[in-house]
Order: sequence, then C-alpha cells, then structure tokens
Amino acid sequence: MDIDPFIFRFSIFILTIFIGYYVVWSVTPSLHTPLMSVTNAISSVIIVGAIIAGLAGNDESVFNTSSIFGFLAILLAAINIFGGFLVTQRMLAMYKKKKKDK
Amino acid sequence: MISANLSAVFYLISGVLFILALRGLSSPETSRQGNFFGILGMAIAITVTFLSIGNFSTGFIYVLIFLLIGGIIGTFIAYKIAMTAMPELVAGFHSLVGLAAVFVAISAFLNPEAFNLGSPGNIKLGSLIEMSIGAVVGAITFSGSIIAFLKLQGIMSGSPITFKGQHLLNALILISIVVATYLLCSTQSPNLFWILLAISFLIGFLLIIPIGGADMPVVISMLNSYSGWAAAGIGFTLENTALIITGALVGSSGAILSYIMCKGMNRSFFNVILGGFGATDVTSLSKGKEQKPVKSGNAEDAAFLMKNASSVIIVPGYGMAVAQAQHALREMVDTLKKNNIKVSYAIHPVAGRMPGHMNVLLAEANVPYDEVFELDEINNDFANADVVYVIGANDVTNPAAKTDPQSPIYGMPILDVEKCKSVLFVKRSLSPGYAGVDNELFYRDNTLMLFADAKKMTEEIIKNLN
Repeated sequence: MDIDPFIFRFSIFILTIFIGYYVVWSVTPSLHTPLMSVTNAISSVIIVGAIIAGLAGNDESVFNTSSIFGFLAILLAAINIFGGFLVTQRMLAMYKKKKKDK
Repeated sequence: MISANLSAVFYLISGVLFILALRGLSSPETSRQGNFFGILGMAIAITVTFLSIGNFSTGFIYVLIFLLIGGIIGTFIAYKIAMTAMPELVAGFHSLVGLAAVFVAISAFLNPEAFNLGSPGNIKLGSLIEMSIGAVVGAITFSGSIIAFLKLQGIMSGSPITFKGQHLLNALILISIVVATYLLCSTQSPNLFWILLAISFLIGFLLIIPIGGADMPVVISMLNSYSGWAAAGIGFTLENTALIITGALVGSSGAILSYIMCKGMNRSFFNVILGGFGATDVTSLSKGKEQKPVKSGNAEDAAFLMKNASSVIIVPGYGMAVAQAQHALREMVDTLKKNNIKVSYAIHPVAGRMPGHMNVLLAEANVPYDEVFELDEINNDFANADVVYVIGANDVTNPAAKTDPQSPIYGMPILDVEKCKSVLFVKRSLSPGYAGVDNELFYRDNTLMLFADAKKMTEEIIKNLN
C-alpha cells in the first residue's frame, strides 16, 4: 500500500519543529528582537500561495473574487518581506563589538 | 515552466536557507550573513513559484505591481521606524502575516481548482481541514496582533480589560470554532466558512484584551508562534515544503520565546494567557502602608557617588525606552569610562515590551554588545559593584520577589540590585510598578531616589560629571 504524501509532509513538519527548537535555543538572548523580526519576514513566504491565487484568473478577467484576495495577500506579504528583512538588517548593523582602544 | 519535482527541490533549498537564517542569530558576527540567507531563500521561493506557474501574461504584471507597492511600503516602514517602537512594529507585522494567511485560505476556498484541491463545494477533505486551521489561526493572529499593537502604541489602555464570565465566553467560542470546522468539513457550505472566520477574528480579539501591557513580551512571542502555525496550515493546503518548514520553524521559535518570557516572570503560560494580572486588588496590598521615609537626591549627588565609584552597573527597563534615554545613557557611560570607572549593563529577560528590546536600544546607542549582560551572567557582580543605576526598571529589581511569599511577583528571578553598595533609582514618582507592588528597595538606606524623567536626569548627571 502506498503511503499518503501527507505523511511525508507531516514528517517534514515534525522534524522541522525539532530543528527549530535546537536552533532557537542557540540564539543569543541579545538578538531576540531581530529573531522576531526575521521570523516574521520568513513566515511571509506565504506569498507563494498568494501568487498562485493571484495568477489563477484568466487573461480576460484578471480580477475575480478569488484572485483579488490573492493580490491583497501579495501586498500584505510583500510589506512584511521587505519590512521584516530590512528592519532586521538595520538592527543587526547596530550590534558592534567593543573597539580595542586601550 | 519547470517540473513539480524540480520546484519542490527549490522550495526545500529555500526552507534550508531559512533554517540557516535563524542559525546565524547565534552570535552578532554571523547574524548579518544569516539575514542574507533569509533574503536569498525568499527570492528563490518567489522566483520558483513564478516559474512553476509559467503564466507571464497580464496577471503577472499585476502580481509585480502589488509586490512592488508592498515592497515600497515595507521599505519605507523599515527605515522610518524608531527603534523604541520595535514592539509595535513586530505586532503590526504579525497581524499582516495573519491576514495574508486568511486571504490565501479564502482564495483557495473560492477557487480550489487553482490550487489543485478539487472543485468548489467538493474540496478534498484533508485540504479543507488544513485550510480551516490556517484560516482560523491566521484570523486569531490578525485580530490578536491588532489589539497588541493598539495596547503597545498606547491607543488602547495597557491595563487589562476583564469582565464577568470572560473565560466561559472564550471557552464557548473556542468550542464553537471546533463545531463550525466540523460542520464546514461535512457540508462544504461557504456560509459556514465565513462564520468560522468571523468567530476566529472575535476570539483573537477577546483573548488579548484581558492581558496587561507588561505581559506584552509573552503576547508578542505567542502571536509570533501563531503566525508560524497559520503559515504551516496553509503550507499543508498548498503542499509546499518551504511554507511547512517555515511554519514549523517560526511556530517553535515563538513558543520558545514565550516560554523564556514566562520563566523570566516565574508565571505559567496559562496564568499569563488567562490575563487580568496587574488589575489585582492593589488596595489590599497598600492597606496598612504607612508613609515610610525615602531618601531622595539630585543629579549632583548621583554624579558624586558615581565619580567615587570604581564599578557601576546600569539596569535599564521600559522607562528608558519611553523616555528615549538610551543615547544620553551611553554618553553618561562614556564620561564614566573616561574617569576609569568600569561600567556594565544588566538586562532582565522581561525588561521592556518584547524579548531583547533593551539590547536593541543599547545597540542603537552604540553600546558594544560585549558590555551588555544577561541576568545570570551578571547577578553575582552586584555585590561587588559600587553603584547601580536603575533607569526605567522597577519590578525586576524588587527584593520582595525573594522574601515575601504574599507578593504577586514572589519567585520571579530578579536582579540583585539591593546587594550593591549604593543604588540610584531614577523614577518619576513613588508609584508602584506594573505588578501593583510597592518596591521595598525605595526605602532602603543604600538607595537614593532620583525623581525625574529618565532622560533629563541622565543629562543632568553628565553635566555634573564634567
């Protein structure tokens, strides 16, 4: 009997939770704020679904109820992607080591 | 158009890059590279999606337009936002992820053919369940984050909003979400889908209103986690590995942060979530409280004490963020260092309104990160320090957490500020902190209260040091 592909995806999901657990514990507490902003940015990979939804209309009618929601989701996710990564970059650029000036 | 197998491989690659992005945050040196991996992973995921659909006609142009508009708005926000407003920003971003998840779920429900999920009214059962989970969690993330945002922004009062039967009402709504999901799956009725979304928005709102302002670190972390689970739900619907990996990563990341924050307050997760903390009967605590004598001083006294010290520890808190005092503080520390005084910073896990809030502000003010220490790294040093400068913190220094089992904050790990030879406490008034608990530190002999705005007082001290 074949295994349902869902099981494979579910396995990936569970294993990644464990990866996430170990990776996040190794994040230094002083970078917890950038951690939140970068997880925010990467969770916007949901834009993948939004693009599929947006492109689902045909050429005569680009906009139908379903694709409009797709386009709106693209807009929201794009704000998050750019905003999230750039603000993280901006924060990380501020973390500097002590200058050896003695 | 590229094959489904090839695009699956690319999605896996972007998932791995996202893992590396988080891995990079283990130290500030590798973090910038990590962020680059994250951007690369995102670029790969988006490009592969375009290629696998292979539709570059009119719709594609519109996708690019929306992408561009969103990108401009996001870039603008990222460069404009003040570092002190980071908690609001993150809460706002969470709400966008939540809403995007809801929109994708709506879109998939209305046009399942586009996602290969069956036809309207006849969506595959598994997909419908996954879609509902994504939509419900997304909706909760959205409305919950909006409330968190309003509370942090100060548009809505930070004090908990509680009413009778609140928990019962919430429980009933949660049960009705489960029932509505079940009915939706058996009938496929669009009306039920809308009802499900509406009650999910409502519960997100109701879950966050009873939680007070200072518990926001837990709330933000929790919503971070939810936004991950919502993404994972949609990931299962779309059968997309990148989305599943990201969802699981973000979900567990937020959960760990919530755990760390709860531990920093010695409270259980449920205690925080059920809310109402800080609205407790303050009157009973202040009953029988006589006017105890307090030593108060001015900037001159503070500068004198600091000048004669050989080591100073700074304890920043949310008040520093409110007063925007981080730059003045760094200047003060520079002056002290010129006088060969050793200075370090002590950060409590729940200082500020989100995890790592104080560290970012100090980094913004050019404080080197190797002068900034966590609670357990520095707590033994207070006994050997000459002066501790508490700026905008309160409850996290309260010795009652160690000595008074009656206190609401009993058992919370605190910074052992009271062991220091002299304590300088900048505060606007003697009012108790968020937990509604009087801080006995105010009345100790070795404490000097400096009643002023944190920034003004720090600037005054600089003047007196020179």
